[in-house]
Amino acid sequence: MSDHNVASHETHSVRGYIFVFIALLAGTVLTVWASFIQFPSAEINIAVALTIATVKAFLVVAYFMHLISERKMIYLVMGFTAFFFAALMGLTIWSLAPNSLIHI
Amino acid sequence: MDFPYIVEPRRDTGLYNAKLGIWLFLASEVMLFGALFSAYVLLRVGAEPGMWPHGWLNVYIGTANTIVLITSSITTVMAWVSCKLRQYGRFKFYHALTILLAMTFVCIKSYEYHDKFTHFEITLANGKFADGHLVERSKDFDLEKKTGSVTIHGYEVDHEVELMDMHRPEARHLQREEITIPATEIKMMERYGPWHHTYLAIYFTLTALHAFHVICGAVVISFLWGPGTKMWRTDPERFTNRIEVSGLFWHFVDLVWIFLFPVLYLL
Amino acid sequence: MEKTVHTFPPESGHETGHGHETHGAHEHHGPGFWGTYIFSPDHKVIGLQYGLSSLVFLLFGFFLMLLMRWQISKPGVPVPLLGPLLEKVLGSAAPHGALSPDLYNSFGAMHGTIMVFLAIVPLAFVAFSNFVLPLQIGAPDMAYPRVNMASYQAFVLGGVTMLTSFFIPGGAAQAGWTSYSPLASLVPTDGQVFWLIGMVFIITSGLLSAVNFIATVIQLRAPGMTWMRLPFFVWAQFVTSFLLLLAFPPLEAAAVMQLMDKLAHTSFFLPTGLAVGGAYAHVSGGGSPLLWQHLFWFLGHPEVYVLILPAMGIVCEIIAANTRKPIWGYKSLVYSVLAIGFLSFIVWAHHMYLTGMGTKVAWFFQATTMIISIPSVIILTCFFISLWGSSIRFNTPMLFSLAFLPMFGIGGLTGLPLGFNISDVHLHDTYYIIAHFHYVVAPGTIFALFAGIYYWFPKMTGRLMNEFWGRVHFWGSLIFMNVVFMPMFAQGMAGMLRRMADGGANYSAAVNHKAGADVIGGLSNNIMEMHTWILWGACVLGVAQIPFIINFFWSIKHGKKVDDNPWQATTLEWQAPSPPPHTNFAEAPHVYRGPYEYSVPGHDTDFTPQNEPPK
Repeated sequence: MSDHNVASHETHSVRGYIFVFIALLAGTVLTVWASFIQFPSAEINIAVALTIATVKAFLVVAYFMHLISERKMIYLVMGFTAFFFAALMGLTIWSLAPNSLIHI
Repeated sequence: MDFPYIVEPRRDTGLYNAKLGIWLFLASEVMLFGALFSAYVLLRVGAEPGMWPHGWLNVYIGTANTIVLITSSITTVMAWVSCKLRQYGRFKFYHALTILLAMTFVCIKSYEYHDKFTHFEITLANGKFADGHLVERSKDFDLEKKTGSVTIHGYEVDHEVELMDMHRPEARHLQREEITIPATEIKMMERYGPWHHTYLAIYFTLTALHAFHVICGAVVISFLWGPGTKMWRTDPERFTNRIEVSGLFWHFVDLVWIFLFPVLYLL
Repeated sequence: MEKTVHTFPPESGHETGHGHETHGAHEHHGPGFWGTYIFSPDHKVIGLQYGLSSLVFLLFGFFLMLLMRWQISKPGVPVPLLGPLLEKVLGSAAPHGALSPDLYNSFGAMHGTIMVFLAIVPLAFVAFSNFVLPLQIGAPDMAYPRVNMASYQAFVLGGVTMLTSFFIPGGAAQAGWTSYSPLASLVPTDGQVFWLIGMVFIITSGLLSAVNFIATVIQLRAPGMTWMRLPFFVWAQFVTSFLLLLAFPPLEAAAVMQLMDKLAHTSFFLPTGLAVGGAYAHVSGGGSPLLWQHLFWFLGHPEVYVLILPAMGIVCEIIAANTRKPIWGYKSLVYSVLAIGFLSFIVWAHHMYLTGMGTKVAWFFQATTMIISIPSVIILTCFFISLWGSSIRFNTPMLFSLAFLPMFGIGGLTGLPLGFNISDVHLHDTYYIIAHFHYVVAPGTIFALFAGIYYWFPKMTGRLMNEFWGRVHFWGSLIFMNVVFMPMFAQGMAGMLRRMADGGANYSAAVNHKAGADVIGGLSNNIMEMHTWILWGACVLGVAQIPFIINFFWSIKHGKKVDDNPWQATTLEWQAPSPPPHTNFAEAPHVYRGPYEYSVPGHDTDFTPQNEPPK
């Protein structure tokens, strides 16, 4: 790969990185601001905060960590990881939730 | 036999060895922090109604730390880009920033920990509770022997549950003032350490483990910034790969904080 | 192939990875003793280090079991020969040379921990992978040789921590290998802290190995070695690596939390209102004992597949080579092992049926548990069908591999009543469980590991182990494994619970019935008498291992010399010299065919190596 190609490819990316950086800062401000709003229920607060966090996380993973330009192999590894993490959290909470316990 | 794919990627996977390795390691880290987040959810859902704290952490300090880490993420990326463009001076500049930001994060975290460890909840003999930061202990203060007195900067409440939700409207009326309590009136005195409440237990465990990862990442990046630059002269592409791999770890550390911050500070 | 004399361990004077250096420049430096035997990044040396260490731990765990079986048969009776030594070293924990109940409990906890984490996993998964896997895929070494070395060092640290815990005041961990809270947090010994720290080291070691093996299989396969040409051994180890990679960390997180409970007095796993010794415990409460169980078994269940999958991989290789036929159903084997890997993450709560979970949740885990038995049966069936119409060579590795099939079959089938919630209610925490899982691991996995040692010994040393003493070892082990574990099914169904230091004597009503009729609420004499059979069976089982130990070391220098491929096998490791030199192959082999091309019509020989160019 010649330096010239690298330079043009990367200069384009640098602008992208700056954009992601600003988006992350904006997301931070947004999530703090949203936390002061009294939504009708606590669940909405949680949903809003986690949604913003997920978007921020996606930006970091896709652009800073270049996942968006990687091939299948990494997606497979991280995909299974995400599934099993969800299984750990989901099944554990399901089994300990009040309506799934036997009350003697 | 030559060792393949250390620098040039393998065609079908598009990866060089170290990059696959760090992603696999990050997968295991996702499960590690994921288990702790699961613990957080379980402990919070299982807590008695009204007894899960809100507002025990300073949101502004947490936000500052979030901005510190996000900035360190972009400096990390820029350091790698500089390596790719063979701009050694810029690489050194950006990663110096990364290391400084990492140290800033740890300093701010230490300040927060110190704040918690100087914050006391005092169970009074009359069944009420006093809560606040320690100003001073009298020289003869001894809880066992019931001598002396302790001065805190805080307030008194009737029930422990009033100390939990600091976001509720009534909490905003709580005025902090200096209160001196003689030892004879104190039944129990406990710092806001991890033993004090499961919320603090998971807070300290999660943030300490995260801070440990910050420190380890900073050590690795410092090594690459310092003694490790020897490889820049002999094999710059391989060195660039090392910067990318350590950068991936650093971004993960930022990722964990992106979830830690709202979960612990805001919700 | 040119006959060159190779020494083992190979002389690795420099790290792999600096691709452009020549050997000549470094010859005169040499790594010395330390660099060759102790701090070597060569996967074959590390494999041997892991192998020998784990065999030592296996023997130590066996001795712990013998002491426990003595106590169970003869509660309160001083241990013969070793009794005075125990009392001298452990003091009041071994009064007059007998095991106190607390000491019995600590032996029980440590037997399980050592066997699972310091013996079987390091041997089946790490040692065999290290030695065989890079050779089988045509790689020069593991992807990260220095990380490999670090993983062994972490393993040693973990092992030393675990062993040290026996000698501290209060003794070793006493709350079972499962370390359930609140008991684990409240037992008055720092042994639990040692256990937790030891686990952190061991888990770190396992994670480093898992990352290494996965990256090696993905990146370093030789040209032509496509996924579906991989030997099944490699597939099995690959899936096992993923199990450890993703399932170990939650246990590490749980261990950190239990350490916090012990050292920082947190209440992660301690519930509100906990009372200890008649008084409320001075803790914040609010924790959940079930949280520990979920996090533990999230690892615990994939862990048992970690124990069995490498064994299946080893058996497959040996069956193929000794039946001179392709393994039946290669694709089924691959898809089954992938299915097992995936499903093993979502069955864990079948270890927790008695914790008060609701019927819907129990139904879910019961369903996934039943489903996961299917790919296991498919794998075993493929092996059985592979035997049909084949020309079997009954050498020692093959004998052990053949015995693996029915022994693992018994272990697996006896697991079915445990997978069903309704029958598990009666069998949970009884000796039936002990019989079930020991059948899978002891005459199951361990037989496969013995087979693997006999099978790959000539690749490591260029010599065969003695065949006669191999058979003595085999028959002694097979017969007495069954003497030890078969009666436990009956004991468990009669109601004998696990982890009772006196073997159930207090629990059972003492009735003198010659007819053997059961007493309601008690254990009959017949059941109790089985303890004696089991004890003597275990002792003879131990004696049967002596020929193996002597054979192993004697054959290194005096075994019958053989060429590089004594089994006439097709896989790549047999196309390398015995022992293989540093970087294994002079240049990367090229692979042209699948791994089990035996007795292919139209060929001169009854086997075609994977790297032999087509005519």
